[in-house]
Amino acid sequence: MPKDATTIDDEPIIRVRGLVNRFGEQVVHDGVDLDVRAGEILGVVGGSGTGKSVLMRSILGLRTPDAGEIEVLGVDARSQAPDDRLHIERNTGVLFQDGALFSSLTVGENVQVPLKEHHAELLDSMRYELALLKVKLAGLPADALDKLPSQLSGGMRKRAGLARALALDPPLLFLDEPTAGLDPIGAAAFDHLTRTLQQALGLTVFLITHDLDTLYAICDRVAVLADRKVIAVAPVAELERLDHPWVQAYFNGPRGRAARVSGGHEAPGRIGLAGDPSIQGS
Amino acid sequence: MPMGVASTAPSIDLDAPTPGQDGPRLRLRGGWTLQYALAVRDLLLEAPPQPSGVDVRQVERLDSAGVLQLHHYARHNGLDFESFEFRPDHHAMVAAIEDVADERPKKKRELGFAAALGRLGFAVVDNAKETVALVSFLGENIVKAERMLREPRRFRLTATVFHMEQVGLDAVPLIALLAYLVGAVIAFLGASILADFGATIYVVELVSIAFLREFGVLLTAIVLAGRTASAFTAQIGAMVSREEVDAIRTLGLDPIDLLVLPRLVALLVTLPLLTFIAMVAGLLGGMSVGAFSLDIPPQAYLARMQATMELRHFLVGMSKAPIFALIIGLIGCLEGLQVEGTAQSVGERTTSSVVQAISLVIVLDAIAAIWFMHMGW
Repeated sequence: MPKDATTIDDEPIIRVRGLVNRFGEQVVHDGVDLDVRAGEILGVVGGSGTGKSVLMRSILGLRTPDAGEIEVLGVDARSQAPDDRLHIERNTGVLFQDGALFSSLTVGENVQVPLKEHHAELLDSMRYELALLKVKLAGLPADALDKLPSQLSGGMRKRAGLARALALDPPLLFLDEPTAGLDPIGAAAFDHLTRTLQQALGLTVFLITHDLDTLYAICDRVAVLADRKVIAVAPVAELERLDHPWVQAYFNGPRGRAARVSGGHEAPGRIGLAGDPSIQGS
Repeated sequence: MPMGVASTAPSIDLDAPTPGQDGPRLRLRGGWTLQYALAVRDLLLEAPPQPSGVDVRQVERLDSAGVLQLHHYARHNGLDFESFEFRPDHHAMVAAIEDVADERPKKKRELGFAAALGRLGFAVVDNAKETVALVSFLGENIVKAERMLREPRRFRLTATVFHMEQVGLDAVPLIALLAYLVGAVIAFLGASILADFGATIYVVELVSIAFLREFGVLLTAIVLAGRTASAFTAQIGAMVSREEVDAIRTLGLDPIDLLVLPRLVALLVTLPLLTFIAMVAGLLGGMSVGAFSLDIPPQAYLARMQATMELRHFLVGMSKAPIFALIIGLIGCLEGLQVEGTAQSVGERTTSSVVQAISLVIVLDAIAAIWFMHMGW
């Protein structure tokens, strides 16, 4: 039964079942189950080394898991069949940690790379206009188009990476620590941008983050990776009451309390530290 | 079945005009997406320029590429884009997408004599700058090396030995094999001509003189220029691009002491040794060909060599080894330090270092050959 990715129904857009990932002796995932629903922003959190990026790479097919099933947009992510790969490539956009822009190409050329690869029939001027449109959607000025990645600041590189991820209008967007390395103002602005674009373009967003502000500001649900499994998937307000040592330390540490206050999710009976409201997005 | 599969091709239905207005109403159907971008463009080019209304509510799918083309259509025909009717679930996207146009100035490619002359000029200036940089880098290294002699604690023994292993020991099999094969080739080459004069035995002199004076050191230097200069550039270049070299400077250490001098010393020690190995391997190659196909038994070959060879040939060859070592090391390290952060820059510098090192080695070898000939050495 063919499914239109833009329709919101109960069928998850990503379905992970019993995922196992091992690196030699070290077991990173042991039976990870996760559903990502169409049209949501799912935050993925977990301590360092809990395999957040490995999970993303498994879903994208960049890494073959040792066991388990992954279904993305209705196809098996482990499939090597060209049609399935093409389907996943055309319908997903990925923003890697530092943008992963091709350093030898200008921003405009970077955004045009997926357009050239997947839509070679487009006229040069159409490709250019689409690139310009995506760069503007990502919040960059038009003159950024002719700049090389090395001439951009970290925050601008991430926006350029986002523009490239959006080049094919994919319904599914992966963001790997989008606010890492940004100053609080830039991070809040990027969160705001993510939310705006998600709503405007009807995206489903798989968002790996350490940033508590991001979780409180824009995530519909949050999946917690700990003990080699996804131990909980819930809205952040429910999650912070979960009785698990890592979750408690994460959400109820000083940074968690500050983010909660500014994110407007003050838990009853707790006094949070006041965050500066001027630096908080959305 | 995969989700998000292709929708049907786009089309435009013409409806009766809105009462009281001219022109038909356009009713868009199908997929107005990137996938059908060209079809969408053609449809809109042929669409009536003055519709009384545009109804986008019945499209199956709409994405930013489709909206952008509708913007163009509105702009070209002076229509009010705001009056287009969209489905409520498309409103947010339509609002987010602004009209952009390809307003790049036409690219002018400079052709002709003046442009070629200009490029030549730039290339000459660049080369001059590279030469100055190389010479001043040599000077800097001499100053630092002299300081190192006065303060021996600056010498990095561990790093030097590590590079000796990588540059020297690890290259022995490769250099021995290549020199052996080239020695054999020269013997064959010589024999095929000398046999006509019944002077096959002169193959011994040919191989010996060629290897002791020229090929031993030249082969070694070329192999190391490809193998080691590139490795130095890539190692140091990667460190520069990860700001490790800046870290070295801020910690009060000297990148020359730490990175360059150990590599230079390692090359200065190992290149002559490798040259010696290459000479021996080349002579063995000649001897093998003599024994197996020219009927010169090894005893006779060695006896002939002992009778005809002079020490000066060996010294001439060896005297070039340290110079080549210096060139390879300096170029490899200098190009590495000139890397500018990007992966492409590392690649360009590595290529440039190999090309420069090999060319300079061959040029200097030619100059040296003329010089030694005139000196009668």
